[in-house]
Order: sequence, then structure tokens, then C-alpha cells
Amino acid sequence: MRKFEDLDILNINSSLYKTRLTNKYKNRKPYKAVDPGLVLSFIPGTIIDILVEPGQIVKRDDLLIILDAMKMQNHIKCKVNGIVKSVLVNKGDRVPKGIVLLEIEQS
Amino acid sequence: MALNSKIEELHERRKKLLMGGGEKAVEKQKALGKRTARERIMALLDADSFNEYDLFVEHDARDFDMDKKILASDGVITGTGTIYGAPVAIYAQDFTVAGGSLGLMHSRKITKIMDHALKMRMPLIGINDSGGARIQEGVNSLAGYGEIFFRNTLSSGVIPQISVILGPCAGGAVYSPALTDFVFVVDNISKMFITGPEVIKTVLGEEISMEELGGARIHSEISGNAHFFAEDEDECFEKIKKLITFIPWNNSRKARPFDPSEPNKEYDIEKIVPEEPALPYDVRDVIKSVIDNSDFFEIMERYARNIVIGFGRIKGKTTGFVANQPLEMAGVLDVDSSDKAARFIRYCNAFNIPIVTFVDLPGYMPGIDQEHSGVIRHGAKVLYAYSEATVPKITVILRKAYGGGYIAMGSRHLRADFVFAWPTAEIAVMGPEGAANIIFKKEIMSSDNPEETRKIKVEEYKEKFANPYVAASRGYVDAVIEPGETRKFLIHSITVSENKSIQMPVKKHGVPPF
Repeated sequence: MRKFEDLDILNINSSLYKTRLTNKYKNRKPYKAVDPGLVLSFIPGTIIDILVEPGQIVKRDDLLIILDAMKMQNHIKCKVNGIVKSVLVNKGDRVPKGIVLLEIEQS
Repeated sequence: MALNSKIEELHERRKKLLMGGGEKAVEKQKALGKRTARERIMALLDADSFNEYDLFVEHDARDFDMDKKILASDGVITGTGTIYGAPVAIYAQDFTVAGGSLGLMHSRKITKIMDHALKMRMPLIGINDSGGARIQEGVNSLAGYGEIFFRNTLSSGVIPQISVILGPCAGGAVYSPALTDFVFVVDNISKMFITGPEVIKTVLGEEISMEELGGARIHSEISGNAHFFAEDEDECFEKIKKLITFIPWNNSRKARPFDPSEPNKEYDIEKIVPEEPALPYDVRDVIKSVIDNSDFFEIMERYARNIVIGFGRIKGKTTGFVANQPLEMAGVLDVDSSDKAARFIRYCNAFNIPIVTFVDLPGYMPGIDQEHSGVIRHGAKVLYAYSEATVPKITVILRKAYGGGYIAMGSRHLRADFVFAWPTAEIAVMGPEGAANIIFKKEIMSSDNPEETRKIKVEEYKEKFANPYVAASRGYVDAVIEPGETRKFLIHSITVSENKSIQMPVKKHGVPPF
């Protein structure tokens, strides 16, 4: 039998297999549930307008931010009812994908 | 004499065009470790077999001073030739001429040779080395790409289509290779992407080099867009030639048979697979132990390594192999390996190549990332591909065949023609540990010594189900064979299924999960 190096253990349905693991598997990120109160940039772009301020009461589907990206003014709307806790970006900011723009405390 | 002077003129005209983009541009090409388009064709084809067409084609663009520019052969060389005597149609973009940019006439030369290849039912090879659309020609250039994509699709499954990326291949240009059967890339030379580093920097503010974004390694290891990786152009051409020997000229033929030969003695099938199902081995050694000369031509060897695909010969006949690789991720089926296997199975089916499957897998990969990336949809591709394949399908279960993995890997239930199992085979719904935990949950929980009870129950389950005989008793396995008999059984199965004929329901086409 040939001997193999770089072997790890992979648990599949309680059976432990001696095998090599891919980088993709080793680097996978642990799952985090999405908090609907966090308003994220779904695409990288520039903040053109912020239509709410901290302390303001907001409802589902209220317009929060206009994000310019890919030659389109994207309307970012509220997903929950609540109060704006904090605004973390300024007008004119260029933002990457996936960062928190606003925090909303759900009511 | 008038005739002589006419011939003289032809020579003069040819000479000018054969220089491509001129000395300086050629020098630049060479400095990058690249051959010129014409040199590439010569390196790939049999000596003196190339017939060139459309050498004198010119563009007729008017705008942006294009009417003052002459582009030799409009930046692409087309023709027909042979590789080991097999006919091929070929085109090679000439980067020395306007960066190999694709204008209307450039694309018409390509579509003309594509039409020819389809009509004559011969393989098509496209060598890509182009900066992209010729912007001066506007929508005509886009039209050109569209016409190429349409023909790639029309030819798919009729003639083998091979793409060789020997330079940049960006934007819309990448979609022709993506529609073809096999994509070859060369380290440091190939660059493929939809949007380049500059656009990514402007739009996203992220910095990345061309090599890291879409180099040969990226497409061979991470994206799965490329099928064959080579260190340099020479190695790449050798691989293309070898591939041509394994595949038929078109879908109404079989691959040309070779003289039969025996596997190499160094691959002893009795000494490769450990009995303990949790221990790894290299399944390629098993493949090599049953094929002629142990000459295995692996496809996508750097991508989704938990499944192995490729060609070998059994008694001189091309055979496609699909095998779980216990050495990598325990050989599980996951999103990437399902995609890789399914496409290969469909290729073999389209081109009359029998499929041999070696099974040893713990099942589909569990995990949130897998579920969220659509392992259901991608895993279904394997079921679809095996089920629809009408070529001879021979399956050998070496060790584990658990759960959905057992069904997917060319099982009897998906109409495998022959299913063999080694005595070490374990055909069950899941591994003994997992199964015992579920079936004997109460006994284990209520036991004074749960660990001890669990062990006993695992052993009990192993004894009962971790073998090939339950499946054999239902006829799901045709024969339990000794490892040493595998080649003999494969030869026999392929021989007797030579004239396999089955009718599938009439339909336009199915709706596979892709």
C-alpha cells in the first residue's frame, strides 16, 4: 500500500475518514444568521443620498439610502419596522460590498 | 512571361501577409514566451498537412481611420489539417495583428471554418489570443461573437470542439471557449476573464493582477473553466494531440482503436485499496491497474479532486472513467465534483465512449455551505447524466457506496448495464457509525455503558449490511468479483456491449438541472 502525507480527518455521518482536505473546505466561513436590522451594501458603489437620520422611526419599504453602482441608482429600502439606531456612512462615500450602512433597532 | 509574373505577384502578396503584424509585433510576442499564430498551427498539426484559407480576407471598416489600415488576414489564420492523420479544422488568432482583435471579417473567417468543420464532421480547434472586440467596428464586432457562440452551440455534441487559450481572452470572447468541450490553458500565458483588473479597480476598488484574476492556475484549480493545464506551449500541444487520439472525429463514429496492450505490472490491483473503509488510497492507481499501458489521460486533474475523470483504453478501445477519489475529501460528491463528473459523462455519451465508474464514497457532502451553494441542484446533474447516457455503462463498487452516493454513481437503478462489486464493497444507506446511532438510539441511550453499546451495535450493523451480498441478493449487483478479476470483467463487458441499442422517449431535449 502507498503511504500518503498531509492527511486530516473528515467526519461524515459519524464516520471518520482519513483524507486530504481542500483549501476551499479549510477556509470556509462559519455560518452567521442575517440580522434584518443591519442594512448592508449589496453591491460596491457610491452613497448618493441618505434619507434618514438616527432616532427616526422607519417602516418596512421606506427608502433609506440611494447607492450608485453599475450605472444605476439603487434604492435601498427598509426590511423591518423600527428606529434608526445609527448611520455609519456619509453622502459621497464609496463603499465595498457587504458592509453595514445603517443599523435599525426593530420594534 | 505573363504566367510567371502572375505567380510572382501571388508570391509577393503571400509574403507580405505571412509576416502578420510585422517584425516588431512578432518580437514582442516572442518576448512573452509565445509562438506566433502560424507557428502554433504548424506545431500542432502533422507536418505539411495545413491548408490555409482566406489569407487574402480584408476588413472593410471605415470609421476612426480604419479605412487607411491594412490588417494582415484580418488577424486570424484559418484552415484544415490533420493530427496523427485525423482531420481537424483550426483557427488561430494572430495577436501581432491589431492585438488579435475581433472585427466582422475576422469573425466571418472563424464562422466559415466552423461551418466547414460541422459540415465535414471533423473536430474544431480554436486558438485564442486576442485583446477582445475591435472597438472601431462597434456592433459588427459583437455580432461576430454572437455568430461564433451560435455555431459552438450548434456543433456541441456533433463534433469535438477544443479551445486553446494562448494569450488574453477577455469579455465576450471567453464565452466561445466556455461553450466548447475542452479548454486548454498555459501557465503565465493564458488569461481569461469577463472584466479585467482595471474595471474591477474602478468599479469595486479591488486590486488584483491578471494572473490572480484569470490565469491558467486559477481556471484549472478554482473556477473549473479549464480542463487541461500546461507549463508551456509545447506541453499544451502534446496534450491536445493526445486528446485527439482518444476521441472520435464526430458523434456518428467511435474513437479509433489502438493495438491492445497490458497494464504495467507496477500497478497491482490487489495492493492498492485498504480494507478499512476510512483509509485513503489513490483511485488513479486502480484505474491504471486495469487499462492498457496504465496510460490514464486525466481531465481537470487540479479541480474538484475528490472525483477523478479521464480517458484510458481497454483492449485498445477508448473508455471514459469516473471514479471517487478517497484521497481527497474522502471522495465525497459535492457541488464542484458533481458538476465535473456530470459534464464528462455527457461528453462520453455524446461521443459514443463507454463509461466505467469506480465507486468508493461516503455520500454527498454535508454542510451549510454545500446546501446553500445548491448541492441539491448540482448533485442532481450526476443522476441526470448517468440516467440519460445510452452508451455502455459499467460500474465497479470497490468499497463504500453509501446513501444517495450509491444511487448517483452509475447504479443499476440509473440503468447501468453491468454492476460489479468487490468483496470489500459496503452498500448501505449510510456508514455503520451513523446508521447504528439512528437505528439503536434507544438502546444506546438507555445503556449503562453507551459507548460500549454503540460499539457493539456498530459491529452488528457492519456484520449485517456492510457487504455486497444484500445488494447482490436483489440483483442490484450482477457479480461479486475479486479485485484481480476486474480487468477481465471490464474487457468482457465492453466487448459484449459493442452493439448496445436502446431507445429513449422522443423529445426535443430534456431539462437538466443546469
